[in-house]
Parts: sequence; structure tokens; C-alpha cells
Amino acid sequence: MRTLVQTLLASGFFGRNTPYDLVAAIAVFVLSAAVFLGVAFPFAGIVSWVERRVWARIQSRVGPNRVGPNGFLQWLADGVKHVCKEDIVPTDADPVLFKMAPYLVVLAFVLPWAVMPFSSALILADLNVGILYMTAVTAITVVGVLMAGWASNDKWSLIGGIRSAAQIVSYEIPAGLSIFPVVLMTGTLSMQGIIRAQGWAPQHWFLFANPFTFVAANILFISALAEGNRTPFDLPEAESELVAGFATEYSGMRYLFFFMAEWGNLFIIGAIIATLFLGGWQFPRVSNNPVVMNVLELITFNVKVLFLVFVSMWVRGTLPRVRIDQLMTLCWKYFVPIAFANMIGTAIWVAIWPEGNPVAGYIMFAAGIVVAIVFIRRVVFYAKRSQMELYYYPTI
Amino acid sequence: MTTWFPVLVTFVFAAVVVGVMVSINSILGPKRPSAIKSEAFECGNPSSGGAWGRFSVRFYLTALLFLIFDVDLVFLYPWAVEIRKLGMFGFVEAVVFIAILAVGLIYAWERGALDWD
Repeated sequence: MRTLVQTLLASGFFGRNTPYDLVAAIAVFVLSAAVFLGVAFPFAGIVSWVERRVWARIQSRVGPNRVGPNGFLQWLADGVKHVCKEDIVPTDADPVLFKMAPYLVVLAFVLPWAVMPFSSALILADLNVGILYMTAVTAITVVGVLMAGWASNDKWSLIGGIRSAAQIVSYEIPAGLSIFPVVLMTGTLSMQGIIRAQGWAPQHWFLFANPFTFVAANILFISALAEGNRTPFDLPEAESELVAGFATEYSGMRYLFFFMAEWGNLFIIGAIIATLFLGGWQFPRVSNNPVVMNVLELITFNVKVLFLVFVSMWVRGTLPRVRIDQLMTLCWKYFVPIAFANMIGTAIWVAIWPEGNPVAGYIMFAAGIVVAIVFIRRVVFYAKRSQMELYYYPTI
Repeated sequence: MTTWFPVLVTFVFAAVVVGVMVSINSILGPKRPSAIKSEAFECGNPSSGGAWGRFSVRFYLTALLFLIFDVDLVFLYPWAVEIRKLGMFGFVEAVVFIAILAVGLIYAWERGALDWD
């Protein structure tokens, strides 16, 4: 950010004697507008279309394919339709809280983009408490959802809202604890600092740094899915039980905001995991040109994040929903103790090898490849078997 | 201050986007209110009273547990950042702190606060 402003000033684009703060402020406004209008909101829309296409593929259907090429403009059509709907506020509801809830949910979706490390130069604010800020602002969702559920004065909304709040705050604990292994190893909370402590090669990622970080990465991903109200943890909006959960009374644009935030949060989940455990934007230094390097880093970061987004869609298309007692048992009786053990384990590891153990990286990476191969073989086996069954019993 | 400026901008930006989109919706959308339409949805039946009543106490228990653990997590962040400088003394202190937390978790577990049935 600072280097960008200094290059702009040095190029004389703004004339002579322009104050530094003015140029910095303009740069921040332009960049944030580009990030939100160009990335965050379109991503939330496009991912809704991609997700429906992916589920359709998983369930042997076609999915939305009418609006635009392959249905690509479906998200815009949905948006236009929601804008043209009547905006209803129930008579029994608390109008102020009812109208404020979508704003808080959108705020929780928009604020994390300020510390999103797209590449070594493309970051709006490299805060020294980056990851703590990230966990803090994503938790604002709880307030919005609880407010929506309570203000609607509807039993479905209330149950959906308090379920969602209980679920999000419970999974906040294992998610927060799973960040500790990385913080212990780097000694910094800054997003760029954490990425710079890793390398571009997989054996230098924190995912494979030691067994504790590997477990922490998995706990963090599952907890993040639960915090984002994603299947298999989508109890707050369980359609078959609770109509639409906390969003039952909402219509039009306000309704759309809840779901836009949910889809947009997929990118944030992916970005947190990619930053902490998958090396973020790290790319081998193939060029000395900063522009080329930044574009390559941007692509690397997005590939990692979009892969994680795809995994969460895959999970949603594959697994059935859990019950609320299973959900709470998984969180409090398994994840919290394991995450605490993880934290102490990593602290001991750091005490023994303060600079990290390079051999462990290679061993963990090799083990990871073996697990991946076994997993892919299982998937191929079952895919082939299901095709055969479909051939013999086509009416199942 | 300058590093936190973008965060302030995002606050304003979210407010502007939500405000503009909701006002476009209220301009373009139809306005035909009716008594039945603005009633709380209860599967088509007349509502059996409002929802601002009592709900399961388990949610309060979960919130209490969350409060304890989350505040403690925030206390552990500075320790995690400075672990190399604090050395053995800091490590033992943190282990004692986590052990006290673990005792609390075991107590809650034994008393059945973690069982949902």
C-alpha cells in the first residue's frame, strides 16, 4: 500500500506538492471499491450459480443452464428478481432491529476483505493483528442472525436464530484454538507475516509443518463450515424443519443479503485456511518484475481459495445434515479437547525446534500424498461401482 | 491510524451498499400491504401468540461456556505471539492456565452441561 502510493506520487500523476495522505486516501477508496464491487459481491453471486451447477453434477442433474451461456447470468437474474420483490416488515416485528440485522450480516462479510492478502502488495490494510481481526469481525454474524431471529417475532425465526447463535459461538472456540499452532510457530498475527513465514513448496506449508498443525487445519476447516452455516451443519436454516430459519420473515433484498453473505463467506473461509496453512500467495521467484510476480501470486492465492470453496460445495452435495446434539457433542466433547492438546503439543514442538523441523515437513508431505492417493482410489472405485449399478438397475 | 483507515472505509462502504440496494428495492418493489401478508408466518394458521417468550435453557448454558472459553482465548493470544521471549517460565504458566480451563471443561462435562438431550 505504502509503496504503491509512493510510486504514484513519484510518477507525478497528481501534480506537484500533493499531500501524501490525500493520495493514500484516494488509493484506499479506489482499491476498496475495486475489491468490493469487482470481487466480493460478484463472487458471492457467481459462487451461487457455480454451487448449483456442482450439486447438479453430483446428483446427476443439469442445474440452471438457461440464463446466458451455461446459465452463467443466473445470479444476476436472481438478484434482479429479488430487487423487484415487495419489502415486507411484519406488523408484530421490531422494525428497527428487523431492518438492522441484514446490515450487520453484510458487515461481517465485508469487513474481513480489508485484511485479505491477495498478493505481496495487494492488501488493503496489513494490520499487525490481522488474523485476530479476521476472527473478531466474522463473529459479528452472530449478532445479525440473533437479531434477525428475535426481531421477526416468529417462532421459526426465533428457533433458527438461537440455534445459529449457539452453533456459531460453540464452533468459535475450536476455530480460535486452531489458529494458535500457527501463531505459536510464527510469533505474529499479521496475515502477510504468517504467509511470509511459509514457503511456496508444500513441505514448507504449515499444513505439513508438524502433526499438530495438520490436525488444527482440519479442525479449523470443519469449524469454519459450521460457523458459515454450511451443510452438514446447516441446522439454522434446515428447510425441512424450520421453513427458512432466521430468514423466514424476510423478503426481497434483505433476504438476499443473508444468502449473499453466506456464499461470500465461503471465500473468506478458504482465504483463512489458505493463509494459515497452505502458504497463501507464495510463488517461486521466477521474475524480478514486481507486477508479474504479483499477478502470479494473485493467481496462486485464488487457485488455493477456490479449491477449498469447491471442497465445501462437494461436502454440501455429499453429506446429510447432522442433529443438533451430534453437532454440540462434536464441538465440545471432541474438537475443544483435541484443539487444546494441539496447542500444548505445538508449544512443546516450538520449544524443542524453535526454527521448525525441516525433516518433519517432508515426512508429513509424503504421508499427505499417500492419504490423497488412497482417497482418490476410493472415490474412483465407488464412482465406477455406482455406474455399474446404474447400468444394471437403472430405476433405483 | 493510516493502517486502520481502510477498515473505516469498509464500514462506510457496507452501509452505503446495503442502504442503496434496500432503497432500490423499496422503489422498484410493489406496495400492496394486507393484514394477512404482514402477519408472522406460522404455516398458514392464525398465530398462537408472539415468539418473545421462553426457550430452552441449553442455549444459555452454551452461551455461558462460550463466554468463559472465548475470554480465555483472547488472554492466550499475547502469550502465543511472545512465546520465544517468555521461555520456560511463560510456557509453564500457560500450561497451568490451560489446565485450570481444562478442569472447568471437565466439571461442565461431569455436570452434564455438554449433553444436549
